[in-house]
Amino acid sequence: MDKMPRWADVALIPILNLVIAFALSALVILAIGEDPVEAVSLMVKGALGSTYGWGYTLYYTTNFIFTGLAVSIAFQAAMFNIGGEGQVVLGGLGVALVSLYIPFPHWTLALIVAMAGGAIFGAAWAAIPAWLQAKRGSHIVITTIMFNFIAFSLLNYLLVNVLRPPGEMNPATASFPETTHLPTFQDMFSTADNVVFRGAPVNVSFFIALIACVAVYFLMWRSRLGFEIRAFGKSPQASVYAGISPVKITMIAMLISGAISGMMSINNTMGQAEQLILNSAEGAGFVGIAVALMGRNHPFGVLLAAFLFGFLAQGGGELALWMNIPRELVTVIQAFVIMLTGAMDNMVRWPVERAFIRAAKRGER
Amino acid sequence: MTLMQKFLGAAATVALTAGAALAEPAIIFDLGGKFDKSFNEAGYNGAEKWATETGGKYLEIELQSEAQREQALRRFAEAGANPVITMGFAMSTPISNVAPDYPETTFVTIDGWSDAENVLKFIFAEHEGSYLAGMMAAMASESNTVGFIGGMDIPLIRKFACGYAQGVLAVNADATVISNMTGTTPAAWNDPVKGGELTKAQISQGADVIYAAAGGTGLGVLQTAADEGVLSIGVDSNQNHLFPGKVLTSMLKRVDVAVYEAMSAGEALEPGLRVMDLAHEGVGVALDENNAALVSAEMKAAVDAAAAKIISGEIAVHDYMSDDSCPVLDF
Repeated sequence: MDKMPRWADVALIPILNLVIAFALSALVILAIGEDPVEAVSLMVKGALGSTYGWGYTLYYTTNFIFTGLAVSIAFQAAMFNIGGEGQVVLGGLGVALVSLYIPFPHWTLALIVAMAGGAIFGAAWAAIPAWLQAKRGSHIVITTIMFNFIAFSLLNYLLVNVLRPPGEMNPATASFPETTHLPTFQDMFSTADNVVFRGAPVNVSFFIALIACVAVYFLMWRSRLGFEIRAFGKSPQASVYAGISPVKITMIAMLISGAISGMMSINNTMGQAEQLILNSAEGAGFVGIAVALMGRNHPFGVLLAAFLFGFLAQGGGELALWMNIPRELVTVIQAFVIMLTGAMDNMVRWPVERAFIRAAKRGER
Repeated sequence: MTLMQKFLGAAATVALTAGAALAEPAIIFDLGGKFDKSFNEAGYNGAEKWATETGGKYLEIELQSEAQREQALRRFAEAGANPVITMGFAMSTPISNVAPDYPETTFVTIDGWSDAENVLKFIFAEHEGSYLAGMMAAMASESNTVGFIGGMDIPLIRKFACGYAQGVLAVNADATVISNMTGTTPAAWNDPVKGGELTKAQISQGADVIYAAAGGTGLGVLQTAADEGVLSIGVDSNQNHLFPGKVLTSMLKRVDVAVYEAMSAGEALEPGLRVMDLAHEGVGVALDENNAALVSAEMKAAVDAAAAKIISGEIAVHDYMSDDSCPVLDF
């Protein structure tokens, strides 16, 4: 036996990584003179200790599932889509235009059309870098990140000069009409005498995100297109030999990626803010990269990683709220987790693997 | 802390715990962070002044994400904080959503707007202060070209620029005003390197006085202007001391006074509208020993006269926000 058991691979290693990350964070918290035990319990309690905390954690999780899935699909086709941020922004524009200018009778209809609007705008924004990559060989990393800035500028222009209601100080659109408001978990799960998820932004989009995970799984591992995308990602030359068009696969993978990014806006723009604001993406596109890496580009892994980052976002917020811990430190804690679970994974993996192999050999003797 | 944890647990189930349990004031800093050497820091200074004078304590948070705006408002209100002070116009919508749920709590918005009944709005007349700064810039300029560098391209910053340009042209109708914005993302508030580059670009176009209304980015503007030997104008806080003898003046926006007053009033704070204009000493230009050598008696007399006329209504400075346009400057 030269491999460790599967349970160690999928469960033990990530847990060890997390433990080390939190231990390092504890040292930093100790160094600035705060109590690490209290900090961790505050994070856990704040993120998972009440339906309210869960409501925020799952809200962030929903964002990160969308962007994580988007990045993972592009990854499978060997493309590094770091334009998630811009695609979310444009998706938000699509969602906002639909919500503002189409009078919907009911939110279900509004949600379906807004999803389409967000997806089309997000995909359109990804289409140009994809085309440049497919036809001209312009590197997708460069073009997508540059398109982020174009997206910010475009949104800024539209919000300041076009979509802002006159006399309004805040560069944002008007609030969306009542019929487009998505039901939150509070609306869905509260009874008359037991209000749960009070004031939390998590909404019906969370279920859309779960459905998206399943859909991506079937697309990538159970369909011909998914096979073509993965084959192209593993070896473009071999896939051309097998009759797969690189232009077509590049375009399709990026369009799907952009569409899923754009769909994130049903959660933050339509579900939470209920208006399009300037800073709507707020880094979720970039967190998606870490989520996809940690989730090993598998929808289930993305789901778990998104939940971890959702927990860190909400728990970190609680830390900043109730302890004298500067918000930069919350970012430091998040960075430790990313570093340990992503970049320095092998630091833990190798010793553990060796220990298992040694134990197995001793058992044989 | 145990008390706080009780509140944490209670927050989920109890509807309105707002009460006199601990009536500490709370302040919510915007995404720029409380040490931005500018807008948020002015609020922090006001809070600290209150804390040292009274020995009181206050709750605070620096926001990290948009979803936290409502969250922080609700958590502070539920913990019984009163008043809850918020920095920046981006809190307008969250306050409007949250305030009606906590009628016992007074919310304060600085730069924002809400029609809810329990909200105190501080509105600053930045165009009036910028007008005076523009007059000084025009009088100090030898090239008849002055510059403006804004942070993010939003209506509020255009209000600064428009007032400034009007002040410049009031002194010298032939003067040229060069206006640039640093960017279109919140990062534009904290990009001193780009601020410095824009300063160099404006200097190459002949500008010899440059007004920075750009948060942390402005530090790069002031630094570069000092290095290149031209004058600069600071904003929000008094920044004259950063480069003594190189900063012509600072357009003061007395956010610290607003925060201090709100905290001092405590639970007795009256909601409503407070206009912080020249007449109420909410804005102004900073004159101290660091810029005494730069400000001639003639300059000071002209500024004082104009200030008196603005207060009496004889000079009406156009407010960009009133009709989203500026008669003397294109954006």
